Amino acid sequence: MKTQVSTTINNEPVEFLCQPNESLLEVLRNTLSLTGAKEGCNNGNCGACSVILNGVLVNSCCVLAVETEGASVTTIEGIAPKSGGLHPIQQAFLENAALQCGICTPGFIMASKALLDKNPHPTEHEVRYWLAGNLCRCTGYDKIVKAVLAVAG
Amino acid sequence: MTTDTVAIGKRPIRHDGVDKVTGRAQYGNDVKLAGTLYAHILRSAHAHARIMSIDTSAAGELPGVQAVVTSADMPDLSKNTEVINDGEGEGGGLAYMSQNMLARGKVLYHGHAIAAVAATSASIAEEACKLIKVDYEILPPLLSTCDAMKDDAPIIHAAMRTEEAGKLGDKPSNVAKHMQLKRGDMDAGFAEADVVVEREFFTKMVHQGYIEPQATTVLWKQDGTLSIWASTQSPWGVRREVSELLQVPQGKIKVTPTEIGGGFGGKLDVYLEPVAAILSKKAGYKPVKMAMSRADVLMATGPTSGSWIKVKMGVKKNGEITAAQAWMEYEAGAFPGSPVGAGMGVIFGPYRLPNVQIDGYDVIVNKPKTMAYRAPGGTNAAYASESVVDELAEKIGMDPLRLRQLNGAKEGDRRVDGPTFQRVGYLETVQAAINSPHYEDGLAAAPATNIKVGRGVASGFWFNWGGKSSCNAAVNPDGSITLSEGSADIGGTRTSISMQLAEVLGIGVENIKPAVVDTDSVGYNDATGGSRTTFGSGLAAFEVGTKIKQIMIERAAKFWEIDAKDVTLVRGVFKNHSKQMTFAELAAKLDETGGQVVASAATDGKGGAPAFGTHVVDVAVDTETGKVQILRYTAVQDVGHAIYPPYVEGQIQGGVSQGVGWALHEEYFYNDKGLLLNASLLDYRMPTALDLPMIETILVEVASPNHPYGVRGVGEVPIVPPAAAVANAIHNAIGVRVTNLPMSPGEVLRALGKI
Repeated sequence: MKTQVSTTINNEPVEFLCQPNESLLEVLRNTLSLTGAKEGCNNGNCGACSVILNGVLVNSCCVLAVETEGASVTTIEGIAPKSGGLHPIQQAFLENAALQCGICTPGFIMASKALLDKNPHPTEHEVRYWLAGNLCRCTGYDKIVKAVLAVAG
Repeated sequence: MTTDTVAIGKRPIRHDGVDKVTGRAQYGNDVKLAGTLYAHILRSAHAHARIMSIDTSAAGELPGVQAVVTSADMPDLSKNTEVINDGEGEGGGLAYMSQNMLARGKVLYHGHAIAAVAATSASIAEEACKLIKVDYEILPPLLSTCDAMKDDAPIIHAAMRTEEAGKLGDKPSNVAKHMQLKRGDMDAGFAEADVVVEREFFTKMVHQGYIEPQATTVLWKQDGTLSIWASTQSPWGVRREVSELLQVPQGKIKVTPTEIGGGFGGKLDVYLEPVAAILSKKAGYKPVKMAMSRADVLMATGPTSGSWIKVKMGVKKNGEITAAQAWMEYEAGAFPGSPVGAGMGVIFGPYRLPNVQIDGYDVIVNKPKTMAYRAPGGTNAAYASESVVDELAEKIGMDPLRLRQLNGAKEGDRRVDGPTFQRVGYLETVQAAINSPHYEDGLAAAPATNIKVGRGVASGFWFNWGGKSSCNAAVNPDGSITLSEGSADIGGTRTSISMQLAEVLGIGVENIKPAVVDTDSVGYNDATGGSRTTFGSGLAAFEVGTKIKQIMIERAAKFWEIDAKDVTLVRGVFKNHSKQMTFAELAAKLDETGGQVVASAATDGKGGAPAFGTHVVDVAVDTETGKVQILRYTAVQDVGHAIYPPYVEGQIQGGVSQGVGWALHEEYFYNDKGLLLNASLLDYRMPTALDLPMIETILVEVASPNHPYGVRGVGEVPIVPPAAAVANAIHNAIGVRVTNLPMSPGEVLRALGKI
């Protein structure tokens, strides 16, 4: 028996049907074709599925889709300005070569956005602490941390 | 190195960058074909058992299920003796590879695939797998090389005989192969030494840990052709392996590589594609998607070997190493093909040795079949040998980098595994490490009495592969160039390859439009592996650029009605005395000078370009908890020529990070029944941002003689030294040697005699 959910995704009203046991990640990827959120572990350990839910950074694999009723969800697809160009964090990741394979990149960008929205001028330690919920196996984090610090200025 | 360049050595934004920061890039699990079925695999609950029967009837009757398969649905290749070599380590025999796809007769490790279901949803497929009844006769598992090599050990593969010097032994064995490298006189070498050190080292299985689990979609069509979308390092490898495993001609298979979310060697061979293919056919020629869970990845895709290594080395008081010997037992997992052979080449790789002997054993155990992992077999080998080299230096009272300078390999020295080094930059890396700000600075002060700080160094060697590549290029009317190439891009190689094409023509890399295309759209390409892509596919791009340059010069000559030998192309401008024309201006005149300009190239980067790194690390060891923190890290590497420097640095930083994980945190935990207890990313503990400092890189550029731009592979060398460097730093901090990996808090406390 499917449930109808009315929510807001990337500032657009969205309605979808889902099973009560479907995760937000499954609905984003399979129902809404928003495949920027990635499944790396499906149990909240890698952060590749990070999205922002009502201003809070979450692992979308650990949120039930029905929990987003009436909520506001921001995904990697929704952060670049409509007027053109990229979000400053996206731009900084490119300029600092802060990605290699790129599978963890959407999650890191969303986590970095959640950090900088809350704390616009973090220290290196604060960046590392905040990003410790996102795993990257390619970069050794060096250039990711530098990209976030570059945006923080 | 080269300052007067147009493209190489620059730091442009990569071509695929925008797609990857906006979430638009399509990875393995993002492929969605109309009418796709979803598949799930039933995996063994036991480490070693005979399969008495499999009953799939209830699964087949579950509504929504469209096909159920077991090994009975695959060609029986049990008698096939062909060996598949993926170019990085041992690919293993076809018979074994087939048994690893779906178990035949026995299950050989916890998580071994037994059966698979395709259904209208992933959850129905998973439910159906639970309805499959498997009747097992449980057999005792073998979980270490030591147990598997005992005379009375149960035999995992009844037909296996040890291969030794090209001959098979006469009795069943769990040792697939014994190899030996030897030269000089060991007894005389050790007799000459003033100090001899001998130590044993144990290391555990560790996983590549790519963040994207394996995923594929396969469509077997009614005309007998197969379309495969796969997250793979080796599209042509997938084509060949599916062809061999399913006995379908290669010409009937098209493999489209998706973006790939990390590989590190773990995505060279197939796991899912043949199974998805037979499901597609059995379900009535419908597309079947198969994606692994993280637990599947950890249980059933290739980790690299756990190992037991004994190293004995002798040195004179003046620092001359007189002899080196190693015994290396590597866990192959359930089927032959550990990287022990590569480990044998790495273990004393940096040194010029008159007397050396290395014995390597490829040993079957009831764990997943090992798969290449970044410099396969190198990290654990160097952990052993570089710990002993450090101890030799300590015992004769010499700086450990000085000892390496005295014995380091250079051009003309013979490698332990046979070949003679061409120009290499090992000694240059040691000198750069000595001169580094890090090595010149003192250690940070310990913040508390229970914290001890220390510094360690280690070096590492990797072979680096050349391999076959091909690409096609076409000049567009606006002066841009479309480049179709076939190397899976795991970390910016579209750009590093394009830069080499651009450089030949003297134009900026933004004018090149690279695409990684399917196996029907360009000639054969070897895998993205063996640190070969920027080297080998760069060579193809260089050659295609050279052809386009020649054609375009002829076109300019035709336009000016002069002889082609009187036209030059300098920094993207064609010139003849006072006449000149840019590349883009000429590109706009192709129709009037003879039509479109296209070229293709196929190259074989024979010889590769071996490389070395030397690392310096400072650690803080908490002697109460045993926790080790990395305080500072500097990695020096001979990269030949840094074509795309930010991504060269990134490869080195990433390799260090994986090496630190191997050194301190990561291991497979098996219980005594052979069940894997930590198949999640919570319990399989990879480094986070909080575990590492910034990683300084120093790029030494000693040009490779085997490449027009002097390129050497960079990806694998940096994972070789870290475990040894960290171990040596821990010793420097607390005065004891930790000889088991990972050097977890428990291991450190055990080494300190505290538990």
